[in-house]
Amino acid sequence: MTAAPRAALQVRNLRKTYKDVLAVDRLDLEVRTGECFGLLGPNGAGKTTTIEICEGLLAPDSGDVEMLGMSWNSDAGRLRQRLGIQLQDTQLSEKLTVLETVRLFRSFYEAGPAPSEVIALVALDEKQNARVGNLSGGQKQRLAMACALVGGPEFLFLDEPTTGLDPQARRQLWDLIEEFKASGRTILLTTHYMDEAERLCDRIAIMDHGKVIALGTPRELIASIGVEHVLEFSAGSAARPLAVSPLRRIEGAREVRSQNGSVEMLVTELHRAVPALIEELSRQGLPLTELRTHSASLEDVFVTLTGRHLRDE
Amino acid sequence: MSDISISELRAREAARKSPRPGAWTEHPLAQLTLVRFLEFVREPEALFWVFVFPILLAAGLGLAFRNRPADVLKIAAVTPQLAQALRAEKGLDVARMHAAAAQEALRTGKVALVVEPADASGGGAGGVAYRYDDTNPEGRTARLLAYGAIERAAGRVDPVPASDRFLRDPGSRYIDFLIPGLLGMNLMGSAIWGMGFAIVDARRKKLMKRLVATPMPRQYYLLSFVLSRLLLLVVEVAAVLGFGVLVFGVPLRGSLAVLMLVCVLASLSFSALGLLIASRARTIEAASGIMNTVMMPMWIVSGVFFSAQRFPQFLQPAIKGLPLTAAIDALRMNILQGAGLALLGPQMGVLAAWLVVCFVLALRLFRWR
Ligand SMILES: Nc1ncnc2c1ncn2[C@@H]1O[C@H](COP(=O)(O)OP(=O)(O)O)[C@@H](O)[C@H]1O
Ligand SMILES: [Mg+2]
Repeated sequence: MTAAPRAALQVRNLRKTYKDVLAVDRLDLEVRTGECFGLLGPNGAGKTTTIEICEGLLAPDSGDVEMLGMSWNSDAGRLRQRLGIQLQDTQLSEKLTVLETVRLFRSFYEAGPAPSEVIALVALDEKQNARVGNLSGGQKQRLAMACALVGGPEFLFLDEPTTGLDPQARRQLWDLIEEFKASGRTILLTTHYMDEAERLCDRIAIMDHGKVIALGTPRELIASIGVEHVLEFSAGSAARPLAVSPLRRIEGAREVRSQNGSVEMLVTELHRAVPALIEELSRQGLPLTELRTHSASLEDVFVTLTGRHLRDE
Repeated sequence: MSDISISELRAREAARKSPRPGAWTEHPLAQLTLVRFLEFVREPEALFWVFVFPILLAAGLGLAFRNRPADVLKIAAVTPQLAQALRAEKGLDVARMHAAAAQEALRTGKVALVVEPADASGGGAGGVAYRYDDTNPEGRTARLLAYGAIERAAGRVDPVPASDRFLRDPGSRYIDFLIPGLLGMNLMGSAIWGMGFAIVDARRKKLMKRLVATPMPRQYYLLSFVLSRLLLLVVEVAAVLGFGVLVFGVPLRGSLAVLMLVCVLASLSFSALGLLIASRARTIEAASGIMNTVMMPMWIVSGVFFSAQRFPQFLQPAIKGLPLTAAIDALRMNILQGAGLALLGPQMGVLAAWLVVCFVLALRLFRWR
């Protein structure tokens, strides 16, 4: 057996256009063996296009993909045996039962767990004879996961695994993904939920307009904007607007954005910034109507880099 | 969240090290075919169109166009004596009426003939008058029957004794013509619809893309449609033919093996045509538009309901080249005339040509996502 390459997936200079849309723009990516790598970005950033090229489902216009040390051109058959794939919006056949569906997928793989074992793993054992059409959204997504796991893959692709699910269903899937991670296998997942990326991913590439605009561990990314905390507050009114520029002079304030009366400030130290803010407001003679603080998140990283929120649709 | 963890699974996997469970039922082709089959039988509408509809159609048309027993003709007799004499004739339905009412009934076509005494006074043996429209065949037939009955009642003895033998030959009735036509139409419809809708639906729901993302051999995917079609074919042919044979006594004069061979080849050709139709379409609407455009002309010209010979001579070569014409001709020759394989060469050739051409084209054009 040859030693596994350190990079489970290596992507170089990838480009893909649809007619006049540049979906992926000279993208480089490296996913290391055993890590959970996240592509985080808003809708239309090019995440699905990128992941489907890596999965060998789409041909890039140019660029290389090296998957588990192999290439899609020459080793597709062997690669498919070793990958688990969950696509963004597959509708599995509604008239089949859970067990029939998993059995079908199992039959394509040379090795892997028994269908009933995978069904138990995704906690659908009680539903194994239910028609797919009668499952809830979360159950369907867990079934999709079962179909991705049934070949005993060493590399798992997940494209927006929890989009559209309620919080409880999302947490169930997260647990499942964490278990898979703990077993030492590699994951590439895309998401536009920053909490999901922050919780599951060892490293994250933030994508926008087909490019990677930032790369690192969640901590590194957050640290890169040089602030620890975010202050959000409202003050002033249409008649007596808040003067924003003095706020920028507060010690440790890195960025101040104001939008119709509500202000967002990125600060390094909360215990210095809050008293200074209150002092400044009382100098302007404005009452503080609302104040929230949170630790800086990936969302703030995205906003700092692009000026937009992740979920601006 | 579950009773079993991934690492545990992995350990079990390693311990077992057994690849795919060996049973043939776990072979991808078997699984794909099974799934096709299940999807079909769990679709009530499909079951209706494939099994119930052709039988209803055969039943309806068979009843409407059945060969009726010779009609009983309605006539009127003006006197009780005449009526009595005429009732001896089974082919006549005799009503006694007054002269005026009888003439009115004749004029309005309620009776074909009025039989009355020749002299209006009604007395004596002055003879019998037959009043009818001599341009109406029913009138003339009724007159012949009534005349014979009256004469025999009056004591005539036929110098030459006569007896009747009736010809009612199974195999030459409309229902006999119809059943092979319906069977051919059914083979075409279920293959093209079965193939077309299932493939386009899988493409539209990205299920096909999902399957392509597994190591599934792609030819198995296409082959599974054909295999499940052949499984259903047996039931389908048995339903339509069984109905024809049991209910209408349609004869099966050819060998059943040849009949089955014709059905299989026809079904394969139509499946290939369905595959070609479904090879690129992304929406059900687009696919059903193409399917109807392809099938409609064949329903009309291929001789399902009436003989394709009725179309002008110069169209005949084109009509004979259509797969449905070939299928129906071969079925009729086998079922009604008992033709063996040797005589079915041209039809089998047409079907085989369609099979090869459509299949090769479909594989070239097929869109896997
Ligand atoms: N099949 C397609 N045809 C045309 N444009 C497409 C197609 N798929 C994606 N796009 C476009 O490419 C861009 C990237 O899309 P996608 O990779 O789906 O992004 P994401 O998954 O991040 O939402 C978007 O602008 C999208 O509209
Ligand atoms: Mg996407």
